[in-house]
Amino acid sequence: MSDTHAQSVAFVRESAIPQQPAPASAVGPVKWLRENLFATVPNAVLTIFSLYVLYFVLSSTLPWILNGVWDANSLAECREILQGTSGACFAVLTERWPQLIFGFKYPSTEYWRPALAFAFMLLAIAPVLFFDLPRKLLVFTILFPFVAYWLIWGGTIWISIFAMAGFAAAYVVYSRLVGQNFALGFFGGVAAAVIVWIIASYVVPAIAPEQPLLEAVPSRDLGGYMLNMMLGITCVSLSIPLGIALALGRQSSMPLIKWICVVFIEFVRGVPLITLLFVASVMLAYFFPPEQTVDLFLRVVIMITMFSAAYIAEVIRGGLAALPKGQYEAADSLGLDYAQAMRLIILPQALKISIPGIVNVAVGLFKDTTLVSVISMFDIIGMIRGPILASTDWNGVYWELLGFACLVFFVVCYSISQYSQWLERRLATDHR
Amino acid sequence: MSTLSDPPKGSFRLSMLLNDTRYRSMTLQVIAAVILALALAYLYSNLAANLRAAGLNISFSFLGSAAGYDINQTLIEYTSQSSNLRAAIVGILNTLLVAVLACVTATFFGVIAGVLRLSNNWLVRKLMAFYVEIFRNIPVLIWIIIIFTIMTAVMPSPRDFRGDDPASTMLLDLFAFTNRGVYVPGPYFTRGLGGEDGSTLNWLLVIATLVGSFFAARYASARANRIQEATGVRPKTLWSNLAIWIVPVSVLCLILGLSWDIPALKGFNFSGGLKVGGPLIALWFALSIYTGAFIAENVRAGILAVSKGQTEAAAALGLRPRRVMSLVVLPQALRVIIPPLISHYLNITKNSSLAIAVGYADITATLGGITLNQTGRAIECVLLLMAFYLIISLLISAGMNVYNSTMKLKER
Repeated sequence: MSDTHAQSVAFVRESAIPQQPAPASAVGPVKWLRENLFATVPNAVLTIFSLYVLYFVLSSTLPWILNGVWDANSLAECREILQGTSGACFAVLTERWPQLIFGFKYPSTEYWRPALAFAFMLLAIAPVLFFDLPRKLLVFTILFPFVAYWLIWGGTIWISIFAMAGFAAAYVVYSRLVGQNFALGFFGGVAAAVIVWIIASYVVPAIAPEQPLLEAVPSRDLGGYMLNMMLGITCVSLSIPLGIALALGRQSSMPLIKWICVVFIEFVRGVPLITLLFVASVMLAYFFPPEQTVDLFLRVVIMITMFSAAYIAEVIRGGLAALPKGQYEAADSLGLDYAQAMRLIILPQALKISIPGIVNVAVGLFKDTTLVSVISMFDIIGMIRGPILASTDWNGVYWELLGFACLVFFVVCYSISQYSQWLERRLATDHR
Repeated sequence: MSTLSDPPKGSFRLSMLLNDTRYRSMTLQVIAAVILALALAYLYSNLAANLRAAGLNISFSFLGSAAGYDINQTLIEYTSQSSNLRAAIVGILNTLLVAVLACVTATFFGVIAGVLRLSNNWLVRKLMAFYVEIFRNIPVLIWIIIIFTIMTAVMPSPRDFRGDDPASTMLLDLFAFTNRGVYVPGPYFTRGLGGEDGSTLNWLLVIATLVGSFFAARYASARANRIQEATGVRPKTLWSNLAIWIVPVSVLCLILGLSWDIPALKGFNFSGGLKVGGPLIALWFALSIYTGAFIAENVRAGILAVSKGQTEAAAALGLRPRRVMSLVVLPQALRVIIPPLISHYLNITKNSSLAIAVGYADITATLGGITLNQTGRAIECVLLLMAFYLIISLLISAGMNVYNSTMKLKER
């Protein structure tokens, strides 16, 4: 066979050709470029256009940033240093740093107090965010609100101690009675706390020292980014329990309770936050007893908490609705009562489903704390637009200050959303 | 034996109110009602006492008295002698104006960014992700202030347009971007009906014509569908549709003598044309790009929610890519996209209340700002303000419910 074949065909290859490397256009960076940037003609046009936009933005901002002046006492001094070249005047950030962070009225000798409270906050929040940390750290989380209150506002420490005592009494009564009945334990706990606080309202003024260890700072002296942080953290942590209660109330089979919750949620969600802040600043005072003045910070906290609680309630309602009905029925068939079923079976699952939504609300709420500048509280925006830009030294330094505000909000909000994505992956127990 | 299955006939004890499921919900509701009534009575008595102490009463008569302040941007006629009610209506119209404008442009930005985030092009994808993350994570108030600062501090003043060698020039000789606002050519009618005051009538006429064109175009498309069903061949509708939309309006404008008022530098400022104030532009643009970032995420999620099998099945049926998009993918994606889109429109309307930060005269700035401060009628003003926003959002969510019930998957 091979002979005849050899006669009819000029050449027969008897071994494989050695393997060749792929053509240069089909491997490595060239291939990546061709596939991802220049696949088709419109795609290439889009790439070139984007590159141009990128170049335009970077070429106009980068020299300005890199050429920035960090050490000067006024805009005029900055301009002198720059001598006509384009450059940022970041000196405003270094010179007005305490004002941006703490506001312009907080006593400058006491800056260490909020700073320490911030450090404690990081410690207190860590075991809540990361479950792998030792559970004993949660003790610190429980103590944190009282310590932070004392550090930031100063004054007598007895207020914090009695506030804590109230919660402790509530916990003791609750854990005694909860075996009998959840409702009994709950209301008993509330009653115990209220009793302790009523006693405290008579005792504290009597035993408060004339010269407290930490100088008292009134709420209206708080300001800067600290105010945004405080409003954000307080309102988010208060509105999650309230939101859970509202969501459960909205699902309730009792018509009266259901309608109270529905009306509250729909009303709050229907109006902008700014009108609620107007309520806090001009209207809420009419609803408190005439002889009592409630400070603006507390009024704003009440309104923002109500606002975010309504949104969180809707998110959690979504989580409750997403649970299969079998979970409710399984809880019933195990003989659990309503409170046990909710605590042990329904809420852990519903809250897990709601985490992304709750985080969205929290991020939105933190961004919305800037709105308090409209009702003349001096948060970071209020500081920038008010005392700093109005001063003769720094009149006209817009971009450095606004850029700084953008940066601090971006860092916090972006990290929160990244954390929530991590948490979602972490909590994913279903098999996919 | 029968006694075993009978329920215990114990007499009613007080503890059964809390422990017996038959009575418990009733007990709890009565407690809730009593607490609610007590709380409301407490708040009301405080309110009454405070008002008595301040010598005030609840009255809405201030709405009829003269407002006494000027508003720089109004859609309807308004002077400082107009009533507070009219100032509030000016504010409502301004709120609606900026909300509608921002909804349109936010949808535009959002759809473009959302589609481009799914692009094959790596660079474009990354740029759009950057846009979305940057704008979603920074408060809208900061964006409003930034754009307002651009409008007031970076734009040239009208003075710069003067002289033989001006520092800045008008764009195409039609648009002037100044720090007092943007001046654009304004249309007006030289032979309009109703003389000087009839401009509203003329615009209504134009709108009526457009509505007529809309129905005519719908009729034409229905006719094309009928022909397609009957014969299998769809008649070409492109040119007839263009004619239906363009011809009647152009004829009407020719009859009424449509003309453009070009802004021109007169003395120290521009005159003529339409002036769009800096605050309006700041609010409009900031709300658009901010909400656009959120809408982009919705659009992306909506498109990703349509499973790939749908596209492949449509292609297997022999549909062209454009028909696949319009007949298979978009109808399913829209079902996912539209409900959050509408709630973003609601957010735009509510966020437009931030106008007060840059001095745009919306309802919050007129009724809730100047009127409140001048008359001291805090409770009435804030209540009216809340009622307005509540009505708007209830209307929008009612519309959304109707839409959802018509669009939801029909399960049989």
